[in-house]
Amino acid sequence: MTTATIEPRVTVGDGLRQTLTLAWRTIVQVRHNPWELGDYSIQPIMFVLLFTYVFGGAIAGSTGDYLTFALPGIIVMNMLFVTMYVGTGLNTDLTKGVFDRLRSLPIARWAPLAGRILADQVKQAWSIFLLLVVGMILGFRIGTNLAGLLAAVALLLTFALAFSWVSVLVGVLAKDPERVQLFGFTALFPVTFVSNVFVRTDTMPGWLQAWVKLNPVTHLADAARGLMVGGPAADSVVWSLVWAAAIVAVFAPLSVYALKRRV
Amino acid sequence: MTHAIWAEGLVKRFGGTTALAGVDLAVRTGTVLGLLGPNGAGKTTAVRVLATLLQPDAGHATVGGYDVVRQAHQVRQLIGMTGQYASVDETLTGAENLLLIGRLLGVPRAQAKARARELLAQFELTGAAGRAAKTYSGGMRRRLDLAASLVGRPPMLYLDEPTTGLDPRARAELWELIRGMVASGVTVLLTTQYLDEADELADEIVVIDHGRVIATGTPDELKAKAGAQTLAVRPADASHVAVVADVVRELSRGEPEVKGQLVTVPVADPAVLPGVVRRLDDAGVVVTELALRSSSLNEVFLSLTGHAAEEPSEGSES
Repeated sequence: MTTATIEPRVTVGDGLRQTLTLAWRTIVQVRHNPWELGDYSIQPIMFVLLFTYVFGGAIAGSTGDYLTFALPGIIVMNMLFVTMYVGTGLNTDLTKGVFDRLRSLPIARWAPLAGRILADQVKQAWSIFLLLVVGMILGFRIGTNLAGLLAAVALLLTFALAFSWVSVLVGVLAKDPERVQLFGFTALFPVTFVSNVFVRTDTMPGWLQAWVKLNPVTHLADAARGLMVGGPAADSVVWSLVWAAAIVAVFAPLSVYALKRRV
Repeated sequence: MTHAIWAEGLVKRFGGTTALAGVDLAVRTGTVLGLLGPNGAGKTTAVRVLATLLQPDAGHATVGGYDVVRQAHQVRQLIGMTGQYASVDETLTGAENLLLIGRLLGVPRAQAKARARELLAQFELTGAAGRAAKTYSGGMRRRLDLAASLVGRPPMLYLDEPTTGLDPRARAELWELIRGMVASGVTVLLTTQYLDEADELADEIVVIDHGRVIATGTPDELKAKAGAQTLAVRPADASHVAVVADVVRELSRGEPEVKGQLVTVPVADPAVLPGVVRRLDDAGVVVTELALRSSSLNEVFLSLTGHAAEEPSEGSES
């Protein structure tokens, strides 16, 4: 038997390497389960097609104009749905005992969670890319420049990172992965819909406008529009970042507390 | 170091339930300790504490001389764990699961792949290496679990109910593999609900119930103490039950249990059987059933604790 030297602690470098390995594992899972890839590929494409052709004419007069208005928001909405995969994956690991196996290994305590979230960022980037390509085929045009586009993507990924903590909390509290998905649909759907993603705020009743103006989805959609299509973006970028920080401040400690209680 | 694993006064409570009520354990280096008990006895909780997955509320434990709470990272470098609660990723293939663990342990990719191949061959999983673990049979799954816990060649191995739910053939195969590991010098902590499994594999057995150690010893000592076998006698005439109970009580020096017309008692020495037959014959008792059979865990429990092992209940242990 080889007796390896016993390390007193795990270094940050080791932790990052373990995070990459665990992110690789999540990506390999997708390769074995192509349905999951279908979920965050086909669903957003359907949204784009449905909203563009069903609502486009009525709301904006033409499908091209509507797409220019709605696509940035659809990308935001889809981003929020995709964060739910962090929660379903974590929940599966917890219920199947994989999480315990990982915790019994001499790896950084934060690596399993960080690996999941890193893999989620890859899925996010893929979804954004896919939606942009489909949008462009249907007539969406970047009105700003590459820098604007990259800034929009960076903002979306930053918000996704923050919102992952909500997903982690749901993943820890839910009994099984299906319930995580159910939450994703029943809680996220109204939140994303009651925003200015699909229609302009001033078309809604006053009481609803108050919430729509507060909704982080509205700010993100505005920021993404500003950065991709053109128009003012600075205010909504700041509000989006404030929301992201607030979400982390509330949900990160809650998630860590809940995770420690569950395992 | 004489004791690879050592624990003293471990206490763990979950809300109102006490899973461990002061458990002491000592496993000598290179031996197998069997932790025997029914569902809900606290076996899994004890293993989880020793695997650094749970912090005890009181007491302390060391593995390889390292404290499981204060030096958890060192302990994790010494242990391999397998069981219902530490599983492989069923969406990955067998080979990917082993590669994942190798990479997490810091083994370079080429070496981790070689180690995975070696383990797959050793556990007769080479043919299934490229298939997702969820397609494996129960026995294959356990073998992969076991292989996964051995990737880093740990000097200590925790096997939490390794054969529960397996058919007899898969069970025997797994026992053979475990014996092979022990022969290579690994220290094993084995939890089981089965007396025969502990008997087959363990050098020493600790019986726990309701979070307490109720007996400790070698399998032979324990069997002598508890009665390795059970004598069952059913008189043809119901009025003879009392006579039968008196006879078996006297000869076995155990307290017989009467259920309907069937009288059972644990016996340490099978040589009591001819004596019982002679005495019953002298007393003119006709029996319809007379048997000497291996004690079930329930009967061992009955004789050690005075109460029967509780019915297995799902998820009562965590």
